[in-house]
Amino acid sequence: MSNGAKPHLTSDYSTFMNQKTFVIVGTGAAGIGAAEAIRANDRDAKIILIGDEPAGYYSRPGLAYYLTGEIPEEQLFPFSRSEFKNARFDWITATVLRIDRDNRKLVLDNGVVLDYDCLLLATGASARKSDLPGSDLKGVVQLDNLHDAREILQHTRRAKRAVVLGGGITALEIVEGLVSQKIKVHYFLRGDRYWGNVLDETESKIIEHRLLEEGVRIHYHTDAEAILPGKGGLFGRRSDEVAGVRTKEGEEIPCEIVAVAIGVVPRIELAKDARLEIDRGVLVDDRMRTSDPNIFAAGDIAQAYDPFARRAVLDVLWPVACDQGRVAGINMAGGDAVYTKEVPLNVTRLAGLTTTIIGAVSTGGRDDDTIGIVRGDSETWRTIPDALVSQSGFDVNRIRLMIGETVVLGAIVMGDQTLSRPIHQIVKDQVDITSIKDKLVDGKDVSGILSDFWRAIRQK
Amino acid sequence: MTFTSIFQKDKTKRSVLVEGQVVPDSARCVQCGICSFHCPIEIDVRRHAWTGQPVQASRCLTCGECVARCPRGVLRFERIDLFEK
Repeated sequence: MSNGAKPHLTSDYSTFMNQKTFVIVGTGAAGIGAAEAIRANDRDAKIILIGDEPAGYYSRPGLAYYLTGEIPEEQLFPFSRSEFKNARFDWITATVLRIDRDNRKLVLDNGVVLDYDCLLLATGASARKSDLPGSDLKGVVQLDNLHDAREILQHTRRAKRAVVLGGGITALEIVEGLVSQKIKVHYFLRGDRYWGNVLDETESKIIEHRLLEEGVRIHYHTDAEAILPGKGGLFGRRSDEVAGVRTKEGEEIPCEIVAVAIGVVPRIELAKDARLEIDRGVLVDDRMRTSDPNIFAAGDIAQAYDPFARRAVLDVLWPVACDQGRVAGINMAGGDAVYTKEVPLNVTRLAGLTTTIIGAVSTGGRDDDTIGIVRGDSETWRTIPDALVSQSGFDVNRIRLMIGETVVLGAIVMGDQTLSRPIHQIVKDQVDITSIKDKLVDGKDVSGILSDFWRAIRQK
Repeated sequence: MTFTSIFQKDKTKRSVLVEGQVVPDSARCVQCGICSFHCPIEIDVRRHAWTGQPVQASRCLTCGECVARCPRGVLRFERIDLFEK
């Protein structure tokens, strides 16, 4: 168990003969879910959480509400430090450099080498960086973690204008945050609509219309060519600060903030270096086990089989990460839990409009504003189902159903959320809707038909 | 507001207290904490959403602040059937 002259934590910790050491890399939702599950199943286990996030565990999706000023920063933390201490979780703020699978050791960037009996990789995903010229200027921001959110708020104190590049939920979270801080926002879209591979044309237009009402200027078919520095001078922007954006058409838009949200990349480098089986993420079985029986993976990096999409998919969704973490934790502690992938669901706010996205919803549109997956996203949503589309409502309250042979395969509920939960249940349980299929496809009074149908099911 | 309507309102509120509770749907929750932030008597509603447990605290006023404020529809009122087995 020794490892030369380097500090060696586990050997000091091994008080109990049979005490197992579980190491969790990543302190997000999946990591915490796993740590809790391990503790519930093994009272004596040594549980070590390693993360490179200095702020520890907080609600990443909550950053959107922190930006808009709806909650203060301290509200982002669901657990206090003392609660983790009481649960006897050991925290190490460090980066794991390497996994030595043969000897079951981890090498950290602070020189520490750790032994593990069982390892969970829950390293999450990080934002894709902008490769535009000028991306290193002060005022170029993203929304990946608490540090980024603080930085955005700090910049808004001095700024008047911002350009937002990218798509998906994160881009609009930033737009909303900036608008509520009284910043004039220019939103660039490369194509002719917002989030085209998940939303249909009407839904995109509803969102864009709301953005316009909030005073956001949308630039369609517009791509940035370079982020421009200031020219210095007594009152001007400094040469290391953002002063504007030049589009590919040559137009220059002055601004003090450039926000980039072009997608996220699962952090699979560790798994890759350790030669675990990977694809777009780390491949796991239905126990969240990787190709190494002593290593599990959960959360944004885990690529798990989806019975709906009929392939292994990535999800960057908080509740999915929690579930996967819990399943991994139970199995790591010697239990037997199976991860059954549920229909991917997200309830989010797009331009202030509550929107629920369930199952396979794509109508085959394109999205040129992001690369790969974004936060709050599921690859399953982009599955184009063999389905008839039922749509009702073309203003703020809208329901779109993707209707298969006998079941609803996916749905988007915008605005009024009364039917969001019933529809989720109908999709999840694959409820036979043959009796109302024709009426739904007809599209007249979809809400009424679904309400009656749901009531009848409940009564049964 | 008439004298009787004051009692009427009170009765309704009491009946809600007895018969209703706030129930979370954990699959929708992202632990943002808006619910706990707005609870007037500082019940940690978010923790209930994490564990999936209904808010059964006797102190809960069932005022509906958390239900209304949650941006993701996690919370709802559910009737407690006192005679359910």
